[in-house]
Amino acid sequence: MSPTQLTAGFLPLLDSILLVLAREKGFAADEGLELHLVRETSWANVRDRSALGHFEIAQMLAPMPLAASLGLTPLGTEMIAPIVCGLGNNAITVSAAVWDAMAAAGAPGDLAAGPAGQSLAKVVAAAPRKLRFGVVHQTSSHNYELRYWLAASGIRPDRDVEIVVLPPPLLPEALGSGGIDGYCVGEPWNSIGVATQNGHIVTTKTLIWQSSPDKVIGMRASWAAEHPETVGAVIRAIYRAGQWCAEPGNLEEAARIMAGPAYLNTTADIVTRSLTGWLDIGNGLRTNVPGFYVPHSSAANFPWKSHALWYYSQMVRWGEVAPSAAHAAIAAACFRPDLYRAALAPLGVPLPIADGKTDGTHAQDHVVAGSSGALVMGPDLFFDGATFDPDALDAYIASQRSAD
Amino acid sequence: MPHSDLSILIIDENRIRASIIEDGLREAGHHRVACIHDVNEVGRTIAANPPDVIVIDLENPKRDTLEHFFSLSRAVQRPIAMFVDRSDGAMIEKAVEAGVSAYVVDGLRKERVKAILDMAVLRFNAFAKLTRELEQARSELEDRKIIDQAKGLLMKSRNLSEADAYALLRSTAMNQNRRMVDIAQSLVTAAALLGP
Repeated sequence: MSPTQLTAGFLPLLDSILLVLAREKGFAADEGLELHLVRETSWANVRDRSALGHFEIAQMLAPMPLAASLGLTPLGTEMIAPIVCGLGNNAITVSAAVWDAMAAAGAPGDLAAGPAGQSLAKVVAAAPRKLRFGVVHQTSSHNYELRYWLAASGIRPDRDVEIVVLPPPLLPEALGSGGIDGYCVGEPWNSIGVATQNGHIVTTKTLIWQSSPDKVIGMRASWAAEHPETVGAVIRAIYRAGQWCAEPGNLEEAARIMAGPAYLNTTADIVTRSLTGWLDIGNGLRTNVPGFYVPHSSAANFPWKSHALWYYSQMVRWGEVAPSAAHAAIAAACFRPDLYRAALAPLGVPLPIADGKTDGTHAQDHVVAGSSGALVMGPDLFFDGATFDPDALDAYIASQRSAD
Repeated sequence: MPHSDLSILIIDENRIRASIIEDGLREAGHHRVACIHDVNEVGRTIAANPPDVIVIDLENPKRDTLEHFFSLSRAVQRPIAMFVDRSDGAMIEKAVEAGVSAYVVDGLRKERVKAILDMAVLRFNAFAKLTRELEQARSELEDRKIIDQAKGLLMKSRNLSEADAYALLRSTAMNQNRRMVDIAQSLVTAAALLGP
């Protein structure tokens, strides 16, 4: 049987690694897929070309399928995400000048989100002009994560600072030229900002919200419904790519593949930083961030409906969508644990039994019930001590409303 | 001048292509056409002279930036949405194939925008064809230079006339089923490696 042709869009970011490995290590071919990867220049193009069907599947920011299904995007199209491309992988980088001011204001320089945020609040209050921060797309994990960190640190994102949008590869240069004072982006663009623009990493996604999802494999709901076999094949190929990527013995090869000119076009050293969590956060200071990027363990590929709802809560929080039970239902329906389970059941691997979970209550590794065995999950705290219980969604939204 | 009241903004980092589209729109009777080459200038331009239609190249990595400006301007009661609504799939296809995208102010009649986008698509395609031809001419020129170099090497080392050197390159290429320029390139590379 001739292989099924499949075209996937991606942006040059470390967490495109599972798509890349699915192709380069043959996991897609094993599933009868001939996977063509197209590197895109903007998330807007990934979104539009996915909606138009130029891409059957694409690496997407976790909130993108929600925004498309909720009709927030130009081509309102129902999109789904049946598998997640890993946890973490983002960080917040600031310019050398802002870092000096933060250090003077008491930032300990250990990446802890709380103290870093407090010192930034002092810098923002004393600054003669509004500091400007870059994020990669409006409905992005980065936008919501940066805003969450700022707001919990006493900085009002829409009043005290300015947030602008730039594609990932342009952020380091914008920082160096003074166009922006800081940014929130996935790797390797923090490490590149440190290496080339004298930037300083001040905290990371995993230190703002532990074990949180960032990118997904997104696709049109109508296409997925018409091609269930192909969707299953994609899920298995990505899952196996995650398994392979998580093997420490494969690290060197994974870094070499990702550094290639068709993918990140950088050095294997830069890629290794984020894959191992050993970041150079500035001035040559090497710091280890446990769980910086989690490609597979901790049920990292499972599309928790509660995570979709958390992103929805932030869309409501920042005025992008009106809160309603109908909107919440649309958001939750974008993440498809049912498709994930159906595709992986034949593998006999443990799969979460629940569709959602409460985040913010586990400071340590813990165990959740799974089919054919328990699953070990990583810690899931928010840095400000908040709890997100999807069954108490309205209360969560209301509490953030009153705080803002 | 049926469309002359519409204000059109072209955003293209490629200045030549931008001016080709601008000319086309002016010829079609649009007089309020502005061009910018850097998305960062958009905020100021939109405030100074609010456009009804924005034409942007799809390869522009700052489309996200542009859309963010729009969402900010929504706050000042100036709703802008991407033109590509579902009702004209073929047109969307054509535009995306050509590498162009457009945004329009809500409520603008579709036929009016269609003419503008059609024009942009035509000009984008014409520009792409021109670029391809130029690229081809350039590479043919490069090829000729390499072949001349190889010819010179053969003439010198094997004491051949120019015509014989050329014939030798040609027959070798045919025998090996390779392009003449590839044979010439190997010869030039080898000569450089073995050279004095």
